[in-house]
Amino acid sequence: MEKGFSPVGLRVLVVDDDPTWLKILEKMLKKCSYEVTTCGLAREALRLLRERKDGYDIVISDVNMPDMDGFKLLEHVGLELDLPVIMMSVDGETSRVMKGVQHGACDYLLKPIRMKELKIIWQHVLRKKLQEVRDIEGCCYEGGADWMTRNDEAFLGGGEDVSFGKKRKDFDFEKKLLLHDENDPSSSSSKKARVVWSFELHQKFVNAVNQIGCDHKAGPKKILDLMNVPWLTRENVASHLQKYRLYLSRLEKGKELKCYSGGAKNMDSPQKDAEMNLGSSYAFSGGNSVIETDPKPLASASVSDPSSDVHMLPKAKKTRIGFDPSISSGAFESLLPWNDVPDPLESKPPILYDESFLQQQQTLPSQSSYVANSATSLMEKEMKKPSYESSSAGGSRVNADEFLKSPNVILQDLDLSASSEKLQEFSSNVTNNTESTLRSLNWEFQESHPSGALDNDLDLSWLQGERFLANTGFQNFQFQDYSSSPSLLSELPPHLWFGNERLPDPDEYSLMVDQGLFIS
Amino acid sequence: MNTVVAQLQRQFQDYIVSLYQQGFLDNQFTELRNLQDEGTPDFVSEVVSLFFDDCAKLINNMSRSLEQPENVDFKQVDSGVHQLKGSSSSVGARRVKNVCISFKECCDVHNREGCLRCLQQVDYEYKMLKTKLEDLFKLEQRILQAGGTIPQVDIK
Repeated sequence: MEKGFSPVGLRVLVVDDDPTWLKILEKMLKKCSYEVTTCGLAREALRLLRERKDGYDIVISDVNMPDMDGFKLLEHVGLELDLPVIMMSVDGETSRVMKGVQHGACDYLLKPIRMKELKIIWQHVLRKKLQEVRDIEGCCYEGGADWMTRNDEAFLGGGEDVSFGKKRKDFDFEKKLLLHDENDPSSSSSKKARVVWSFELHQKFVNAVNQIGCDHKAGPKKILDLMNVPWLTRENVASHLQKYRLYLSRLEKGKELKCYSGGAKNMDSPQKDAEMNLGSSYAFSGGNSVIETDPKPLASASVSDPSSDVHMLPKAKKTRIGFDPSISSGAFESLLPWNDVPDPLESKPPILYDESFLQQQQTLPSQSSYVANSATSLMEKEMKKPSYESSSAGGSRVNADEFLKSPNVILQDLDLSASSEKLQEFSSNVTNNTESTLRSLNWEFQESHPSGALDNDLDLSWLQGERFLANTGFQNFQFQDYSSSPSLLSELPPHLWFGNERLPDPDEYSLMVDQGLFIS
Repeated sequence: MNTVVAQLQRQFQDYIVSLYQQGFLDNQFTELRNLQDEGTPDFVSEVVSLFFDDCAKLINNMSRSLEQPENVDFKQVDSGVHQLKGSSSSVGARRVKNVCISFKECCDVHNREGCLRCLQQVDYEYKMLKTKLEDLFKLEQRILQAGGTIPQVDIK
């Protein structure tokens, strides 16, 4: 039974009026290590389901039942309980199958049913969870969500399920696109040369922004003109501007949150999108529509419980899945092959970015990022990897070391009284507006992240800050990859981006905010 | 002692193969045997027993529906056939299942005579299979009692 992996303890409710089949299915499902409940009547099944709303993960039902039409049962279950339902029948007539699909069945199995078919039913549970999370998050990234769904399905279809075959093609395409972007942003049609946002460059940027003032809309073109950097393109500025805005807006809200990466609620300009404040548990404060035209803060990656710990997963773009423990305690852990997915991005800097994001992911039911990885890895390998936590832990450590060794970063000493020693390496020599801005931002950062672990992580990313910015093609990437929201970047205090700031005074923070650095 | 076991085992093997060859059983029966394990040594015989009980019940119902020539509830008969077909597919009762296919066709065209014939045939087939399997299980018991193990038979 090598090939068929099935999570232990999946709670299955089997409904069939045929006692022979009921007994057989029970036996088969038990062999899959599932937790089986059998039922000979549809009404009885509904009763059981309603009694224990969270008592089952999936329902398998025969189409022909004496007391109630199987499709009706399907409807009830779908509507009331939102559980995945698999239909069964000895009749494989297309119209029947279609009817099943129309009524919302996850799958339609023909009798006699084979073990291998039962072994993969857990995929439907997972898929449904993913969809739920996605819906809840209200994510509406153009293309992003779709991509994810397609990928989910491709992933789920990987290997055994032929019905998803078609979607797998879509996925392949998307995957290529995504990886392509990540690996080589400059080669993508809409990407330009990588830009290293050095401190000086950023200063110019901020100066330009301030020059334009908060009254006028500071568009990338204008900023670019003011900056007068010949090799810089409008796109570069646009993307940088985006992050900057996000960052700033987040900061303001961020002050309210204990946890730094706990995600600012969206407060871009006048709008405080209620929808974005998803409160705890959701990786993406939703509502983040396309940033391209109107950069609203990409829901600061993670509004999650402030108390969530900051343990990051190192893998760059491919955030790891925070598996929802409720799905199956421990059962699904071994489900995660994604740990294996090689990081398409070579540079490490994105890690911090993703880390904080990931951190949220870990504690959240969101599995959006999972898709990114899962699709890739699953398509390529079988799931056989150890638990998620262990690999991620290991990974981050590795990356940390790498960061520290990085010789490329231009560091200026930053005089921070941060708990992290690394931060103390840097001292600030900046004496302009930017500095105060950044200082206040830094302060913000400091305050919200007393945890050493985080400091270290951020630190590392700081070291890589420039490279990070340089290497990540945010423009397209952010819209495609759910998991690596560029807004995460903006969560980083600018000093991490640009290299070197002193800790700001608390007073300056409010000053800064008032200074209208918000650019609408 | 050994030879007795060996003999019984060969007998068992030949018998079960013949059942497949004569179309009494199909692959599903093999699947059932594979499902049986140490924890549930009587799994197959229990399932089969359930099947035969179900057969008897369904045939009885359909018989009643077909009884009155003027008032045949073909819907009910059709339902019964469908269930019987599903049931037979669960244990690999190939012949029974095949009769169900013809049975359904008669039902679709409201052919009472045809249905009655099919009913008779299905009754015969399930009883025949029942007898055959009883013999098979008896053989199994004898092997076990003689200290041997039930051979894994690969039907191709």
